[in-house]
Amino acid sequence: MHPWLALLAIVGLAAITVVTRGFFIIPEREIPIPDWLREALRYAPLAALVAVLLPEVAMTGDHLLDTWRDARIYATATGLVVLRTTRNLLGTILAGTAVLLALRLSLGW
Amino acid sequence: MTALPATWRHPEFARGARDMTGISLGIGAWGLVTGIAMVKAGLGLWLSLAMSLFVFAGSAQLASLPLIAQGAPLWVIWATAFCVNLRFVIFSAGWRPYLAPLSRWHRMWVMYFMADLNYVAFMKRFPTPGPMDEQLPYLWGGVAVNWTAWQGMSILGIALADVIPTQWGLGFAGSLALLGIVGTLLVDRGTWIAAAVAACAAFAAFALPFHLNIVVAIAAAIAIGVLIDHVWPQAPVRAAAGSDAT
Repeated sequence: MHPWLALLAIVGLAAITVVTRGFFIIPEREIPIPDWLREALRYAPLAALVAVLLPEVAMTGDHLLDTWRDARIYATATGLVVLRTTRNLLGTILAGTAVLLALRLSLGW
Repeated sequence: MTALPATWRHPEFARGARDMTGISLGIGAWGLVTGIAMVKAGLGLWLSLAMSLFVFAGSAQLASLPLIAQGAPLWVIWATAFCVNLRFVIFSAGWRPYLAPLSRWHRMWVMYFMADLNYVAFMKRFPTPGPMDEQLPYLWGGVAVNWTAWQGMSILGIALADVIPTQWGLGFAGSLALLGIVGTLLVDRGTWIAAAVAACAAFAAFALPFHLNIVVAIAAAIAIGVLIDHVWPQAPVRAAAGSDAT
């Protein structure tokens, strides 16, 4: 991405921070949240994150991983196990990154 | 607006700061990972600094990085970040009764700094909705710690990333961080099924141009999630998730 375009993206992202964090306090009069919106809001962030993550953890180019020699598999699996057992976000990141680094640096995966 | 010294000399400022200190290690680690991920996504020093200082929203930053790196259209990047930030939209309704007496610009200025953990700490300290003089000093105390821990470690990450070789793949720590957030969002049957549907839809629609598969995945997950909520209600868990959001 061209640096100026990236800067424009960043300016827009900053505006999104302001608008989403302030959403219901920006108008002077109170606006009730409709129920359908509250329901939809439960699933949208989850779906956006899953869709962004999928190619990062499970795909190479435009297809699913087709080799076991990819450090990301083991890093992701380790992260999932730590997350499941400890519910600790920091531990998840640290353990997964440790596995990734070990495999990358020792085996070149 | 109250004068600055009056705010930070207020005892509630120290209390707000103290309530945030315990979790600042986690906030800092998160910032460090985001700092490294920004540089490794190819943003470079200045753009990474700008993103850290202006955007100030970790998950939205991490989610938009792969899209920026691959040159996705701006509106897809923005739509993705907006969706990731939708939780703040819900939180903002919770903030309203406390901040109502302030002017609009003052409210927006305060809210810009309100990350997830500020919300959690504040609602614990002031469970009864309604404005009180102690609230603003408490808020700014928490912001002082949260903002400094986050930005300091994010900038350290940006500096470190310039030194660490790219083939180590440390940018993947950002993906692991997002994975952790996804894990915390999977709380009941509805969210698990919605996540599975999102993954399948994102993959099936992968060939679409402009990363439109993300939009397809969000639409499919909302549709299936809301459908499940209505056709196959799960009373106790839904009530818990509902109270969690308000």
